[in-house]
Amino acid sequence: MSALTSAAEPADETVRPENRAWKKLKANRSARFGLVIVAFFIIIAMAAPILPIDDPLATSWSAVRQAPSAAHWLGTDEIGRDILSRMIWGAQASLLAGVVSVLIAVMVGVPFGLISGYFGGWTDQAISRVTDALLATPFLILAIALAAFLGPSLSNAMIAIGLSAVPIFVRLTRGQVLAVKTEDFVEGARAVGLTHAAIMSRYILPNVLAPILVQATLTVATAIIAEASLSFLGLGQQAPAPSWGSMLNVAKNFMTQAPWMAWWPGAAIFLVVLGFNLLGDGLRDALDPRET
Amino acid sequence: MRPEREPHAAPVLSVDNLALRFKGAPANIIDGISFDVRPGETLCIVGESGCGKSVTALSLMGLLPRSVAQVMSGRAMFGDRDLLTLSQRTMADLRGNTISMIFQEPMTSLNPSYRIGDQIAEVVLRHRNVTGADARRRARDMLERVRIPAAASRLNDYPHELSGGMRQRVMIAMALANDPAVLIADEPTTALDVTIQAQIIDLIEELQKETGTALIMITHDLGVVAEIADRVCVMYAGHIVEDGPVETIFDDPQHPYTIGLMSSVPSVGPRSGRLATIAGMVPAIDDMPTGCRFTPRCPFAQENCALSPPVLDQHGPSHRAACHYAPLETVFAETGS
Repeated sequence: MSALTSAAEPADETVRPENRAWKKLKANRSARFGLVIVAFFIIIAMAAPILPIDDPLATSWSAVRQAPSAAHWLGTDEIGRDILSRMIWGAQASLLAGVVSVLIAVMVGVPFGLISGYFGGWTDQAISRVTDALLATPFLILAIALAAFLGPSLSNAMIAIGLSAVPIFVRLTRGQVLAVKTEDFVEGARAVGLTHAAIMSRYILPNVLAPILVQATLTVATAIIAEASLSFLGLGQQAPAPSWGSMLNVAKNFMTQAPWMAWWPGAAIFLVVLGFNLLGDGLRDALDPRET
Repeated sequence: MRPEREPHAAPVLSVDNLALRFKGAPANIIDGISFDVRPGETLCIVGESGCGKSVTALSLMGLLPRSVAQVMSGRAMFGDRDLLTLSQRTMADLRGNTISMIFQEPMTSLNPSYRIGDQIAEVVLRHRNVTGADARRRARDMLERVRIPAAASRLNDYPHELSGGMRQRVMIAMALANDPAVLIADEPTTALDVTIQAQIIDLIEELQKETGTALIMITHDLGVVAEIADRVCVMYAGHIVEDGPVETIFDDPQHPYTIGLMSSVPSVGPRSGRLATIAGMVPAIDDMPTGCRFTPRCPFAQENCALSPPVLDQHGPSHRAACHYAPLETVFAETGS
């Protein structure tokens, strides 16, 4: 954002940078596609309570492992629950887990990154070394360890995934802050006597938000995969509540008899992750000041 | 030239023998800097790039981290307080309030994600116990005072919607928003094109007359100096080599460096031959001559110039120069060299 409006760009008299970014995003076909996918899943997840679908927990021993049909569009699972209904309610769990865990990561990681980059010195050393140590541990392993430590539940899975993603945002924010804090307007802010807190929150943070937004969007995709993985391992959403990951876990036992049980959650995870990645890439291009 | 104003008023800022050293450097980056500024007075600090002008200004503002730039000696009395010994917190309370600074680069000195009205209002809110509405009213008044047309609607503009000259006006509005006693302007026109430069200089001069603030103008533009200065300090390689009233500095420069500066200004009209220059470069900080720091470039240098540093000697009413052989005319007329 900072460079978008900096001296290098001739000042466009009418177009605000946000508008220009939005225009560029709309002009990008794959970003538009990603946005449509993401919007689709968000809408059906939010509409789950009012959609005319079966109770996702209602079992039916007369309809066990049925192939997709007019009565059950996506088929039924091993104890006769409607898969379409479970998919839709599962979308809630997946999207919620993706968004909430990224919010946790941003809310913890960005302040640490700001402090680390702004103050430098031993503060920076301490924060950066911890970040390095966390980054050295593979993301999913860390999330699994934390989730196992906190105990299996969806909210604990979100916390575990969120904390595991913190170092990504610490490092990203720190790097951006290092670049922005040398700008003249930060020196100017000091020259009028503003406090460190004011400079960090109003002069630096707004000017490092663009890359954080892009990273957050891309991390939602990673977090959704992580949630599915944790649920697959039994560390996330607990039975009988539906989640794509736990549905896949059960489905693997019936791969030959009822392959549709695996198709849908697998396809849904694939699509949502694709959607967030395309959207994130599109945002990155749209907010990149170097492209015209 | 303007008559010297209130020559006997007490200085608002009095710098005495200031010396700074960057951590690990072999020599002081500035050394023995002394000057006074009085209310309503304009002091110009001139010298080429790297002579320590900006370091002097930044150190007075407390904008150099003390862990990096160590104060080796000296005082900077602002009222009854020494700016060099105040805590960071106290300095921050003074900055933008009673001491303000205008920077060189208006294009990048404003926060790009912030409306200019809010940026000016924030400075007022920081230092004064006023409401947000009052601060915004003050911001609008300041924009009018720096002659920005349609000030009320410009308050809502982002910096990228303004030209360089306009942005420098906004910076000036910010700097003067709290009626500072001292305004430091660090080459405020260097980044602007020539026609705008004149407007900005005129503006600063007018506002100074209106507010009676003391102005320290850092520049290497002798045209600017001639236009607005009351007094001039000529700096070379971290030392003040000559200071005095502006007329004296222009009409009767004593230090060979000042003489060199004066003769390297192009003037209107035909010129025979090349424009005069001062040969050589400012010595690096780890390669400072032990005697007079101008010795390697001085056309009049004698043996003892390289050995002992000259002191600032009085050469007339409030005119001082640091040269062993000043005044040159008489010294060289006598020795015949």
